[in-house]
Amino acid sequence: MSPDTSAPRICKTRISVQSADFSLQHEAEGLRMDYGIGAIVTFSGLVRDMHGEQLISGLFLEHYPGMTETSLQAIAAEAEGRWPLQAITIIHRIGELKAGEQIVFVGVSSAHRSAAFAACEFIMDYLKTRAPFWKKSLQADGACWVEAKDSDESASERWRQKGG
Amino acid sequence: MIDVHYFASIRESLGTAYEQISADADTTNVSALMDKLIALHGPKWDQVLRQGRVLMAVNKAVARADSLVRDGDEVAFFPPVTGG
Repeated sequence: MSPDTSAPRICKTRISVQSADFSLQHEAEGLRMDYGIGAIVTFSGLVRDMHGEQLISGLFLEHYPGMTETSLQAIAAEAEGRWPLQAITIIHRIGELKAGEQIVFVGVSSAHRSAAFAACEFIMDYLKTRAPFWKKSLQADGACWVEAKDSDESASERWRQKGG
Repeated sequence: MIDVHYFASIRESLGTAYEQISADADTTNVSALMDKLIALHGPKWDQVLRQGRVLMAVNKAVARADSLVRDGDEVAFFPPVTGG
């Protein structure tokens, strides 16, 4: 074997589907790797208090256990194939969440910010259209399933056209 | 046997989350399995599974109507996803 002097290219991936909340600071710290990191980009999604025009008290998040984790792993692997990344964290909460609570976290670290920004947005766009989660909005007068949005589909499609 | 799972609005519309269907010559792909489920359960299932957008998975991987189904497989039907 010839000696490998290049930077380690193993991407540390953490996927979690959980009902518990997460700490932004803790997760961002977890993306600080020992070698070659120049940028960390994180995204956190919150439960909005509006669904369309209607005020909502929160959301109920259903998912497909097993397939959810597999699809998030596949999305992370695809991001890793497209950009030089050192770490990826994807956390998605399930169950009942109140308006204002954190629902999703995506964080990536890389040598350069352009890769980190792009990968983070890519992971979110793919997560929204490919991972089997379903939101039910909870209102004073009942609950209804949230419809999938065409704009999310176009955001995801945009990356497919960029190749891969 | 084939394990059939339903999620979210589809689960609620059908009033069931899970059932087992015996594997036979009429369940060789997802489309055939859907026909069998509709024949078994009636018009409500036809309405829910055939109208509107229904996504499907075989063994927890995204599938299509013509994806093969074997004895022991897990098949799922669900609406377009809305996570994030």
